[in-house]
Amino acid sequence: MPLLEAKNITHRFEGLCAVADFNFSLAPNELVGIIGPNGAGKTTLFNLITGVYRATEGTIQFAGEELVGQTPHSINRLGIARTFQNIRLFKELTVLDNVRIAYYGKIIYNPAEALLHIGRFRAEEKRIANMAMDLLAIFKLDDMADIAAGSLPYGLQRKLEIARALATGPKLLLLDEPAAGMNQSEIETLMKFIHWIKKTFQLTIILIEHQMRLVMGICERLVVLDFGATIAEGLPSEIQNNPKVMEAYLGEEVVS
Amino acid sequence: MVYIFQQLLNALQLGSIYALIALGYTMVYGILTMINFAHGDLFMIGAFFCFLIAVYLKLSFVPTLLLSILGVACLGVLIERLAYKPLRNAPRVSAIITALGVGLFLENFTLALSPYPQHIPELITNTTWNFGSLSISSLQIIVIVLSLLLMFVLDFIVQRTKTGMAMRAISWDKSIVPLMGIPVNKIISLTFAIGTGLGGAAGVMYGLAYPVIDPYMGIMVGWKAFISAVVGGIGNVRGAMIGGFILGTVEIMVAAFFPSTYRDFVAFSLLLVLLIVRPYGILGKPHPQKV
Amino acid sequence: MSKLSATYSTLLNRWQTLTAYRYFLPVFIVAGLLFSIAATRLEILDQYVQLILIYVGINIILTVSLNLINGYMGEFSVGHAGFMAIGAYIASILTVNVFPQASVDFLFPAAVLAGGIGAALIGFLVAIPSFKTRGDYLAIVTLAFGMIVKSGLENIDAVGGPRGFMGMDKLTTLPWVFFWTVLSVWVIRNLVYSKFGRGILSIREDEIAASLMSINTRQVKIIAFVVSSFFAGIAGGLFAHALQFINPRMFDILKSTDILIMVYLGGIASIAGSIIGAVIYTILLEVLRPLGIWRMVLMPLMLVLLMIYRPRGIMGLREAKMFVPLRDLLLVKILRQKKKEADNASA
Repeated sequence: MPLLEAKNITHRFEGLCAVADFNFSLAPNELVGIIGPNGAGKTTLFNLITGVYRATEGTIQFAGEELVGQTPHSINRLGIARTFQNIRLFKELTVLDNVRIAYYGKIIYNPAEALLHIGRFRAEEKRIANMAMDLLAIFKLDDMADIAAGSLPYGLQRKLEIARALATGPKLLLLDEPAAGMNQSEIETLMKFIHWIKKTFQLTIILIEHQMRLVMGICERLVVLDFGATIAEGLPSEIQNNPKVMEAYLGEEVVS
Repeated sequence: MVYIFQQLLNALQLGSIYALIALGYTMVYGILTMINFAHGDLFMIGAFFCFLIAVYLKLSFVPTLLLSILGVACLGVLIERLAYKPLRNAPRVSAIITALGVGLFLENFTLALSPYPQHIPELITNTTWNFGSLSISSLQIIVIVLSLLLMFVLDFIVQRTKTGMAMRAISWDKSIVPLMGIPVNKIISLTFAIGTGLGGAAGVMYGLAYPVIDPYMGIMVGWKAFISAVVGGIGNVRGAMIGGFILGTVEIMVAAFFPSTYRDFVAFSLLLVLLIVRPYGILGKPHPQKV
Repeated sequence: MSKLSATYSTLLNRWQTLTAYRYFLPVFIVAGLLFSIAATRLEILDQYVQLILIYVGINIILTVSLNLINGYMGEFSVGHAGFMAIGAYIASILTVNVFPQASVDFLFPAAVLAGGIGAALIGFLVAIPSFKTRGDYLAIVTLAFGMIVKSGLENIDAVGGPRGFMGMDKLTTLPWVFFWTVLSVWVIRNLVYSKFGRGILSIREDEIAASLMSINTRQVKIIAFVVSSFFAGIAGGLFAHALQFINPRMFDILKSTDILIMVYLGGIASIAGSIIGAVIYTILLEVLRPLGIWRMVLMPLMLVLLMIYRPRGIMGLREAKMFVPLRDLLLVKILRQKKKEADNASA
């Protein structure tokens, strides 16, 4: 039973077709990479899966539930979390609060209890504070818990964004260009990091990436997109030598 | 039937004035993404300039109109340089509050200097032509024609001149425009001058149509014109014109068929409904958010 | 000039040490309540000063509640006076026409509460369609709402129409205002330091990211709006029974503008800031009264200068330690301590 299944996904923006008849099946515990030239529709795909956009046509099934038409927060609570191309942390809030906020769906008390700080309020707040700090400790960010997220160095901001996404307790994690702006040694560390979180948190991961070293290094399977449609799919070794893929990236003239 | 036509004429007159003011809002918003809440008060200043020039300099209509427009335009540029420019990179809300402050300052400064309402002398001999029960006044014609002329000129400038193109470019992406050799500050000042000048012109025409003026007259008119600009799609020049005429029509028609006290209530309710149905205004487009 | 700033620094330090003492706030509240009761019963303060303090309290409630939407949530609501009007009229109708005259004193809090609930209900109705629009469009919706309330009230002859409504007893006393002000500040502070408050902050920071991190943004916005309008209604009820006369013009766009100014003057997203803003604005307006119309020329000028040099207000985005719940203040320390203990235990 596939964890995620997209069928005939098409998405149009006022006449421009960003994704065209996209089909995709994801098994649990896979680590799949989506690659393709800029503007191919990769981030749009993430937006469609997470509910930021509503697909013009097609269905996306996740663990038996239909995602198309659901709000982003319901989809998140079903078990899908993501990070962003340009880091979208809550910059003015502290590191701890960035993570604490992500537990919103898991905190159980109603507005009345919140307004008067009664009932389940104290117990839940304590529970979440502990969970948040434990999570930060796992990511070795706990020493910076009370620093504003925006003042962290770039690499730690990326880490925090992933931690925040994991706080929502997902089964499927979507990483959008996690290696952007990294050098070779940082990419090595990132590769180990991704393997590690996949194992520790028992995740299925879809990765959008331009850095081929990362993609070839950790992805079990690749999907190549161009102009919103799949032009190739398969093992990294197969994709590497696929002429259509090279054409998409480098242009017809260079390949021939 | 004739009654409706009469009211339509009134609506056209009021709508023209709203449209001119709405244009000022929309031009400034388009270029700076800032709501200049002092704009309604600049409209009021226009009417007062008209009063001062007509009474103390005793000039005729056309020079009065031109000088008032010029005066308001200069004031607008001055306000932009002193109060808004320092806040170009501050959170938008601070700029809005500054605008509110500038507006309050203008209202009360004028009130301090002129505690009693003033009366603008007749600058245009107002002849009325009667066609049966339909009466058309020359003043109405002048207001409508002049407004349409100004709007046409503005549309021409924005759509077909280099300056207009620069204005539109700045409204799309302020940061890269200077890299293309466009003097951003000059264009912004020019936009303010034109936008506020139009508001001043509206003030003059309003003053001629309803000759008793007071310092707080800009408040309601200003907010109503702002709503017109939003209904038309804020940032959109043609939308502002449409919005202004819609509001003028709604107001006059409501007053024509309902008790006059219901006028504001029904007008605003209708506009609210319109915005709920078309949240970005008639010609407005949602700012595409890149995720 | 430097001597002035040196004195200011020392005073500020002394103030901070004093208020850092955790019992400062409870002591202040009890003392304040006792003092306000004494002030009215024993007439320690004259009527004029009492009225000013009552206005300060009402303005604090208005400012803190609007700050929830405009400051913490980063939206731009311009119709707060409309909710105030609803609360004022409901409370007044109850005390004048509905409640038996003998027990009006006793039932006053119920009237004020009813005003708040009425305003909250309307706030709920307004919030639902409003938040489909974004940013500046919310400004329009709330602006139109405020105008609709005002012109709607002018057309209801049963409540006096444009001439207004009168006959309220002077039920708003300093102790009552003190009570409601403390209650409002406490409840709103509670909301801010809860999951909903964090949700509100995240909406200001990045709404889309927030919705993707499990936050039901629609629910949060509606809660914020309902709470905000509830307290505006409370303030309205208190206002009506201090002035003993209300008419629709008192709740027009100028009133909403006043509240906006207090919010941004004191500082967005700060409870201490709202209190400071309300106090400064109300008192300054009174102190400058001898200047006549020129005070309304001076005030906006000072506001413009403040915005240019301090765009987020006096205490923008910062909070006085005494308003932060103890847990949040020491959270990181407590958790690190626990971690250290756990590490030591396992070592």
